Amino acid sequence: MAFARSRQTLAIAGVLGLALGVTACGTGNDKKSGNAGSAECTAYEKYGDNDGKKVTIYSSIRDIEADRLNESWKQFEDCTGIDIDHEGSGEFEAQLGVRVDGGNAPDLAFIPQPGLLKRFVDAGKLKPVGAATKTEAEANYSPDWLKYSTLNGQLYGAPLGSNVKSFVWYSPKMFKDKGWTVPTTWDELIKLSDTIAASGTKPWCAGIESGDATGWPATDWIEDVLLRTAGPEVYDQWTTHGIPFNDPKVADALNRAGTILKNDKYVNAGFGGVKSIATTSFQEAGVPITTGKCALHRQASFYANQWPQGTKVAEDGDVFAFYFPAIDPAQGKPVLGGGEFVAAFNDRPEVQVVQTYLASGEYANSRAKIGDWVSANKKLDLANVPNPVDKLSVQLLQDEKTVFRFDGSDLMPAAVGAGTFWKGMVEWINGKDTAAVLNGIEGSWK
Amino acid sequence: MTTATPTVPTGAQAIRKSTAAGRVRKRLNSRTATLVSIVIAIAWTVPTVGLFVSSFRPENEIKTTGWWTVFSNPQFTLENYQEVLFGRSSSSGQLASYFINSLAITIPSVLFPLAFAALAAYALAWINFRGRDWLYIAIFALQIVPLQMALVPLLRFFSTGVTIAGVQVLPAWDLVDEQKFAQVWFAHTCFALPFAVFLLHNFISQLPADLMEAARVDGATHPRIFRTIVLPLITPALAAFGIFQFLWVWNDLLVALIFAGGGNETAPLTVRLAEMAGSRGNEWQRLTAGAFVSIVVPLIVFLSLQRYFVRGLLAGSVKG
Amino acid sequence: MEFDFAAEQPKFLMLMYGLIAFVAVVGGLLLLLDVVPAWFARRREAQLVAASVSGAPLPRRGKPQEGLFALFFLLPTLLLLAVGLVGPAIRTTLLSFMDAGSNNWVGLRNYGWMFSDPTILRVLTNTLIWVILVPLVATSFGLIYAVLVDKARLEAVAKSLIFLPMAISFVGASIIWKFVYAYRSEEQQQIGLLNQIVVSLGGEPKQWLLDSPLNTFLLIVIMVWIQAGFAMVVLSAAIKAIPADIVEAARLDGVSPWQMFWQITMPSIRPALIVVVVTLSIATLKVFDIVRTATNGNYDTSVIANEMYNQAFRYGQNGQGSALAVFLFVLVIPIVIYQIRNLRQQREG
Repeated sequence: MAFARSRQTLAIAGVLGLALGVTACGTGNDKKSGNAGSAECTAYEKYGDNDGKKVTIYSSIRDIEADRLNESWKQFEDCTGIDIDHEGSGEFEAQLGVRVDGGNAPDLAFIPQPGLLKRFVDAGKLKPVGAATKTEAEANYSPDWLKYSTLNGQLYGAPLGSNVKSFVWYSPKMFKDKGWTVPTTWDELIKLSDTIAASGTKPWCAGIESGDATGWPATDWIEDVLLRTAGPEVYDQWTTHGIPFNDPKVADALNRAGTILKNDKYVNAGFGGVKSIATTSFQEAGVPITTGKCALHRQASFYANQWPQGTKVAEDGDVFAFYFPAIDPAQGKPVLGGGEFVAAFNDRPEVQVVQTYLASGEYANSRAKIGDWVSANKKLDLANVPNPVDKLSVQLLQDEKTVFRFDGSDLMPAAVGAGTFWKGMVEWINGKDTAAVLNGIEGSWK
Repeated sequence: MTTATPTVPTGAQAIRKSTAAGRVRKRLNSRTATLVSIVIAIAWTVPTVGLFVSSFRPENEIKTTGWWTVFSNPQFTLENYQEVLFGRSSSSGQLASYFINSLAITIPSVLFPLAFAALAAYALAWINFRGRDWLYIAIFALQIVPLQMALVPLLRFFSTGVTIAGVQVLPAWDLVDEQKFAQVWFAHTCFALPFAVFLLHNFISQLPADLMEAARVDGATHPRIFRTIVLPLITPALAAFGIFQFLWVWNDLLVALIFAGGGNETAPLTVRLAEMAGSRGNEWQRLTAGAFVSIVVPLIVFLSLQRYFVRGLLAGSVKG
Repeated sequence: MEFDFAAEQPKFLMLMYGLIAFVAVVGGLLLLLDVVPAWFARRREAQLVAASVSGAPLPRRGKPQEGLFALFFLLPTLLLLAVGLVGPAIRTTLLSFMDAGSNNWVGLRNYGWMFSDPTILRVLTNTLIWVILVPLVATSFGLIYAVLVDKARLEAVAKSLIFLPMAISFVGASIIWKFVYAYRSEEQQQIGLLNQIVVSLGGEPKQWLLDSPLNTFLLIVIMVWIQAGFAMVVLSAAIKAIPADIVEAARLDGVSPWQMFWQITMPSIRPALIVVVVTLSIATLKVFDIVRTATNGNYDTSVIANEMYNQAFRYGQNGQGSALAVFLFVLVIPIVIYQIRNLRQQREG
């Protein structure tokens, strides 16, 4: 009986399958990389013929940003015949490890944390870049950048996108109305803050809530200040644990940041007291600027995407950003930033070709034209960057005088940089004193 | 074919006009009882209502005023749903595609553990063999293994196969695109089994022993008893577990993320909705609408199966 | 982009393969178990006939192959469990004695770390609070509600309302409650319900999730909110299954409603109660998404599963993460022992 029934099921299944097969034949959607010989493809001839090959990429880039990525390498795919299969995930950092350990690593990964990159190099999972990629990367990126992906004398990936974190957002309109001017030194910044505070409104707004990454905006604050007070050399020692995490210089920087972040007269405009910084999401934190409740908000260039719809981001618009001023003129013009590196888990020729292409100037310009993107690539033409804040960022990154340093929490081992450092900052905002917080983080760094 | 099939007692179907709890309720001041139950029901529903109302409010309103202000200042929009369903991203027009993925993942992931666990639970309850109690306890205890810790070994099982002392015992699965569904089914089935065996064992072991005895005396074999006596009696209990498993698989994110990947060939709705939250964090307006889109199906399933559900749990207590 | 049904075709095909596989495996197994023993039975019958004809002594009647049957019934489950859970559990235990990259043995160092680091001790305490409170409170609410709405008008609707949260994922539920706990400063309008209530009663708005240990209790509320529906449904069904004659007899004896509840209802639903409490305890031990979504373990709210995930997957500390997982295994032992006792009682009764 059971047998008869299952035979029947099979028959039904067969009929269904046939029907579906017929519908499938009606709409042929086979993708052809047909235009390999056309004019716009001449630029891609150097990448050779890899028709039909597939390269998988894993990153933390999702949604519209991911669509833009796909658009940016569309022509490359059409001309070289390589099929780039990109997958973005909000769980990127944790899932990449699972996939690699599980023997299911992607060909390429856009890794935003040099600390994570180092972990995979140490575990012997990543492949050093090929000669062509290395030449391209060295021609287009400064040693300042490449040192973050160079381990044991080998380059493990060229940078891709970047962002500049040393920005303070403000409302040009509000500044004009009230007669305030954009500060260019730390003293001016504090003076301006006092002026605003005296006028009855709190000057600064901040928020460090960010789901399971809560705390990171505060680490940026500390890093930015430390880079300005102690200089890039000390900063480098600090991120590599050459000096202890609780070094007096770090404590000084934290206390100086505290004169703003833990000052009840200064924060938290539009949200409440100091402690409200801990529970305000970083996406919402700057929004009071648009309603006139807040004047200053320190956040990276990518905050440009967080403003409510209809907000004009421009030097003469509703909101814009100025460079977070230097504190000690002797330390030059430090810029804190971040970015991702294109690291390879496989070294098949087509993977190396894609890696080389992503390091090139052509790619940087192709991606920048689509919008909302910044890169430290030297071949990036400023004219191709549509958005004013991105333009400002590229200018800063390409400026000879700029002393660039990578976001420190991304350089540290994840247990510290994405663990105790974040959590420590949350506790610090929540009332714990500087020394206790720093000692706690130092104790966790083994 | 002369073996008489033992008839199933139909006592469970007897209509019971008054139950113990009913008595308690009636004797209690019934107005107080009603009041308390209404208060609990409201307390349980209000958070969801808040979210539901919010999902129809404009972004700016959600962020600046409480949802209860709609009663004095009604402002509604369908924009949030539009954004979630049709999106700004080119891939989001295919939400239907993710929906199909969710279905393709969920159906086998419910059926397999259901069948395997029913067979196992029957064996553990009614077949005499040495060490069965210990085996049952061991399976029960496996419930505690956090699935996070099983992700890496299971993924390695799929992608590199099994090698013992240098010898390839099982090959890698090497699945592509929609074939990856099989990995997800496999993973969900593994993770569901301990709880399924535990729950079904509870019901099956409480079936009346004389029923089994009678069947054995008539010469029925275990497979026959399982098919003709046990299965009809526990069908409602299966429905009960089926709902729990359905809810779990439908709402799962982690397992799908690892074993199905994020593309629209295989990723379920939850993965898509998690992405919708935006690449740089959470946005209330999308989350509120997204949450409701994903709730709809489980809700329909629950409401339509609710009858079986209650009867299913009844069956476990035939013994009284 | 418009929806292309043809592109979905392989998925349905795959789903169909899955269903065919299901029918083949389950149907095949039952068929096999049905046919093979029948064949043996016929052979045995033939032997018996032959023996009686020849007058030879009857072959010793073998014990029915119960064990073999059991093996086949259990085979799929045991295979899957071995691959999916037993293997990983053993691996985790081994990893817990190794360093972060799983390269060198470090003995008990990870366990030493677990019991000496104050933040981890806090995590262990929190887990204890969770596992005591959630089953207790959720079961109580479920039971009270089940009793209250039993036989009431609109019972189905009333039950659906409580069950509703079960249909929402843990992440979704946490988002809903984060919304309830949301904070705005005094000058602003509140968007969180809880603060709105506080404000309208003349109080000051609070940042609920910031203050320990209150925040842990507020997170527990989320879990109770989700799981009370499960308790209610199971217990309600058990209550309905209490035979009417027992109730009737008790009524004739003139017992009070209170006595009725404690002497009739409670003992009758004891098995269901055990299922609920055990299931909730284990689910609570493994709770992860709620803490991760609501606070990510900040402000002293972390629990074992959350910390384990962070250590093993985010910080790359495989050893420490695994040690925490092993501690979870240990925590379940009391429940297992209780379950063994139950089983013994059941076998004897």
